Parts: sequence; structure tokens; C-alpha cells
Amino acid sequence: MLDTRLTEEQASLRKTVEEFAREVVAPVSYQHDRDRTFPYEVVRGMADMGLFGLPFPEQYGGMGGDYFALCLVLEELGRVDQSVAITLEAGVSLGAMPVFRFGTEEQKQQWLPQLCSGRALGAFGLTEPGAGSDAGGTRTTAALEDGAWRINGNKAFITNSGTDLTRLVTVTAVTGQTSSGKKEISSILVPVPTPGFTAEPAYDKVGWHASDTHPLSFQDVRVPEENLLGQRGRGYANFLHILDEGRIAIAALSTGAAQGCVDESVKYAKEREAFGRPIGQNQAIAFKIARMEARAHAARTAYYDAAAKMLAGLPFKKEASIAKLVAGEAAMDNARDATQVHGGYGFMNEYAVSRHYRDSKILEVGEGTTEVQLMLIARELGL
Amino acid sequence: MNIVVLVKQVPDTWAERKLDATDKTLDRASVDVVMNEIDEYAVEEALRIQADQGGEVTIVSMAPDRGVETIRKALSMGADKAVHLSDPALHGSDAVQTSYALAKVLGTLEYDLVIAGSEATDSRMAIMTPLLAERLGQPQLSGARKVTVDGGTVRIERQTDNGYDVVEASTPAIVSVVEKINEPRYPSFKGIMAAKKKPLTTLTLADAGIEADRVGLASAPSQVVEFSNKPPRQAGQIVKDEGDGGVKVAEYLASQKLV
Repeated sequence: MLDTRLTEEQASLRKTVEEFAREVVAPVSYQHDRDRTFPYEVVRGMADMGLFGLPFPEQYGGMGGDYFALCLVLEELGRVDQSVAITLEAGVSLGAMPVFRFGTEEQKQQWLPQLCSGRALGAFGLTEPGAGSDAGGTRTTAALEDGAWRINGNKAFITNSGTDLTRLVTVTAVTGQTSSGKKEISSILVPVPTPGFTAEPAYDKVGWHASDTHPLSFQDVRVPEENLLGQRGRGYANFLHILDEGRIAIAALSTGAAQGCVDESVKYAKEREAFGRPIGQNQAIAFKIARMEARAHAARTAYYDAAAKMLAGLPFKKEASIAKLVAGEAAMDNARDATQVHGGYGFMNEYAVSRHYRDSKILEVGEGTTEVQLMLIARELGL
Repeated sequence: MNIVVLVKQVPDTWAERKLDATDKTLDRASVDVVMNEIDEYAVEEALRIQADQGGEVTIVSMAPDRGVETIRKALSMGADKAVHLSDPALHGSDAVQTSYALAKVLGTLEYDLVIAGSEATDSRMAIMTPLLAERLGQPQLSGARKVTVDGGTVRIERQTDNGYDVVEASTPAIVSVVEKINEPRYPSFKGIMAAKKKPLTTLTLADAGIEADRVGLASAPSQVVEFSNKPPRQAGQIVKDEGDGGVKVAEYLASQKLV
């Protein structure tokens, strides 16, 4: 029998982050969103709480928690501010996790303590202008010359890659040809700064304005041969593994977004009066919010289940895709309904629901589009 | 430097606070509860003094069973151990009785400093530290916005309307703090995990040597006789500005004897 009750410690962590989100994050969310500024003071606060090291062992400066604890945190942050949540998510599962999973002991010792402390941020450069889920399209190259990799190419949409705290970008690059004639793709650690590496000006995005996202360019960037992360030729396969886990984390963040829309709508529907009574007393509004709550709940159940299977060492690929699919759609659907509940105010940027409306679209796209999730689920069904 | 921090569990500041209709005591059951906000500053200050001077930080709280949640929060922030005075017979105790019970608990502990928040968000009496100082015969330094400890002397900056006073006392002493004093930390995950393993002693009245007839609602020196809800706000008076808005506003204020 599946038990979805939280332990005392999990409940306490959830509550602590809920308070942090309400007291520290929420008051500055609108301003950072409007000004498109990176919330350094919030990141500092998360670092002080040890959130960047949450799922890593203490020997590397981590907190000794697990991936589910990270998910609980992401849900609470996502309720209030998706930009802040994705900054943490990317820092942990894309910045530090690849080093932890595939790094040599030396690489772990070098990078994990600073990444876990949150004083340094890592980024992962996979996506390219012409290649996202299609690895074969990778055009960035890394040639081994005199004991060093010479990297050339471009990456696109890379989170946390251009902040003052960014110290590491892990890139996937073509390092040769396989015996069957396909591209051999490997991962390489690039310290920041390194000559030839440039984070180009930040993107002008629809949402996630306070999250740091840049196109990256590599022009004859040279790093030592030892900076190869994991086995040569396993770069993409390794990354797919990271991506499976990452989907659960994004599902948790999305669940938070869906729940944040419910929170705001309940509050507003009780306060706002029209025709002499709170609008929440109209079934047109109440039912809409009830359905939003149902979506958020279903999304939460889905990610709890996927995380439980992953932590139990069971296959979880399908469950992770389902959670990502359901939660991403719940966030977008709830954001649309929440702005409707808010009427004209829902179209004003200072209202949290309007931010969720702009922010949530990416949840149906990032870390595998809805269509990619459907493809993966169908594949698990033997189709 | 051993420090005791007094911590109170109160209804969530954001929740609607109510009195129980049957016995006119605070309704703690139907609302979310949290640590009294200023007490977080008291815990933080104790932890900072400890980081500088060593010693142990002990949390003391008088609360129903549910108070454990609040005590654990203080432990997860970094306090070393806790004493929880919990007994159904304490229900309805007023400030005077509470100070008697807490003084008894403090009597079982060795400390150099007691730190508490200057007031609680539920009762708003701001009287617990003076009551305790009186009962224990120890000096009290109230309203601290800064605390420094040097050997057996504790010195505070006491917040005043126009600035601050510097006041000092010899230890053991009782200090109350205001929000200006610091910025309380959020517990880390490691702190949360560690909190459950820290020593937590639960005391009943008998354990603490508290006489049952000196606490509780029946013998409380002060009791709530009657209460009513705040009257709903009246609609305001709207002055239309036809070039003389300022004059009309001034006339209104004068008629209310506000200017």
C-alpha cells in the first residue's frame, strides 16, 4: 500500500521552505520579474539553508538528504516563484548532479563542495540552436590535442550559465565517430572563466524572468584532458539518465506552480466581491478552483509515486514522464484558470497569477516537451 | 555560557485568532500554530552568543503536547536540548501563574542567561521577563536590540523612542529582545534531521515541583469575563474635492478633535 504521508522531518523541511518562500522570496518576486534581475539575495538564503547540497552526501559538503526532499523544496518554491525554483533545480540536478554521478573522485572533491554550498553555480550545456532532444544534431566539437580538449561550438537556453556565481559549465560535444559511424558524444567540464568561453547576452524570455538563461559560445576553448566527465562516448547516454531524474524534479516544481495558482485563486475568490457577495460563492468560480485543486493533487501524487519508485531502485522512467506530463499541464491549465478567476487583475504583472501564466508555458516544453513525454510513455507501452 | 531560551507556541500570526466560547481561553486547537515570532530572534541571539563563547543552549517551553513542533523548530535552528513543561492542569494559566511555573522549571536548570522575546503575539502582555526576574531574584535587561557578554557581565542596548540606553547586569540575568536585534536563520535540512535526535525532556507539574492549585484556570488571578468581536468597520465619509477638499478634510479632523 502506497503511503504518501510525509515523515516528521520531511514535513518540517516543507514547512521551513514554505516560510522562507513567503517571507524572503515572495516580497521580491515581482521586482525581479519586472526588472529581469537574478535574485542573488534569495540564492544566498537558499545556500545558507543548505538547499544546493540537499541530495548529496555530507562528505562532499552536502546535506545527506535524498531526491524526494529536493522535490518537496522545489514544490514549495514553485508555488511562489518559478524562477527561484528553477535556479535551485538546475543548480542541483544539472550543475552538481552530473559531477556526483559520473565524476572521478578528484572531480567530485574539486567541484561538489563549492556547488553544494551554493557559493558557486554549475550549468549544463546540452541544447544547441539546432539540437535539443535530438542528440544526433549536436555540432559542438571537442578535439583532443596535446593533452587538452579544444572546444568549438554554440549552446542554447543554458540556465545559470551567466551569473556572477557561475563557476562551471559542463558541455556535451562531439569527440569523434563511433564504430557504426555515428557521432561520439562526450561530456567535458569547463571552468568559468576560461578564455574563449562566452555567455552571450541573456535571452528575452516570455517568463522565468529572474532565471539566468544565456546562449553560450565556445571558440577554441582549451581545458585539460582530465576534464572529461564520465566515459568518453557516454556523454549523451549519461545525460539521459540525469534527465529522467530531472523530470521528477520539474514535475515537483510544476506541482508547486499549479498549487500556487490554487492558493492565489482561493484567497482572491474569498475577498473579491461582485453583485454583493464574494465571487467564490458562485459555482462558476468555485468549480473552476475545485478542478484546479484536483489537478494539483493529481500532479503531486504522480511525482510522489515516481520519486518513491526511483528511491526504491525500481524502474521509474514511465512514471517520471507521466509526472512531468501531468504536472506541466496542470500548471499551465491552472495558470489559465487562475488568471480568469482574477479577471482584469489577472492581466496585471504585479499579480502572482499573471507571472504563473507566463512562467508555466515552459513547463510543457523544458526537460522534454509534452510530446517527448508522450513518446516515452508510448514506447514503454511497446508502441 | 549556558543559555536558556524561553519559547512560546502561538496561533499563526496570519490566522484568525479566537477565544474558546466555553471557557474563554485562547483557542489553540482550531488554528495553525507557530513559534512566537520574536522568540525566533531570541533563539538566534542565543546561538550567536554560543558560537562566540561556547556553552549550551537549552529551550524551555510551557505548552500543550503540540508544543513539541515549536520546540523542534528551535532545536533545528541549532539549540542543543529542550525542556517541555506540559500538563493538562496548566490549561488556562494566566501570566502570573505561568511565571510561577516557568520559574520552577528554570530552578531545575543551570544557566548564565535567560533570553526571551519581549512579548508574544497572542497575549501581547510583554510581562513575562519582569515577572520571572522578580520571582527568581535576578536582574532583568529588557528590550535589547544588542547583547554583549563579557565574563560575568551582560550588557545590552535597550531600544527607546529616541535612541537607546546601555544597561548592564551581572549574570545570571534575564534578557528580553526586540526584532531589531538580528535576522533569525532558517533551519537547514541537516538541522532538521538532527533536531529529532536532540534531548527533549518532558516535565509534568509533579516533575517540576509545581503545586497544582497554583496554576490553571480555576485559580487564575486574572480571568477573561466576557469578550466580543471587533465591531465591523463603518463606511467612511467621502469628501468630494470641489476646490475646497483640503478645507473640508481639516474641518472634519477638527470636528473629531484630531487637530
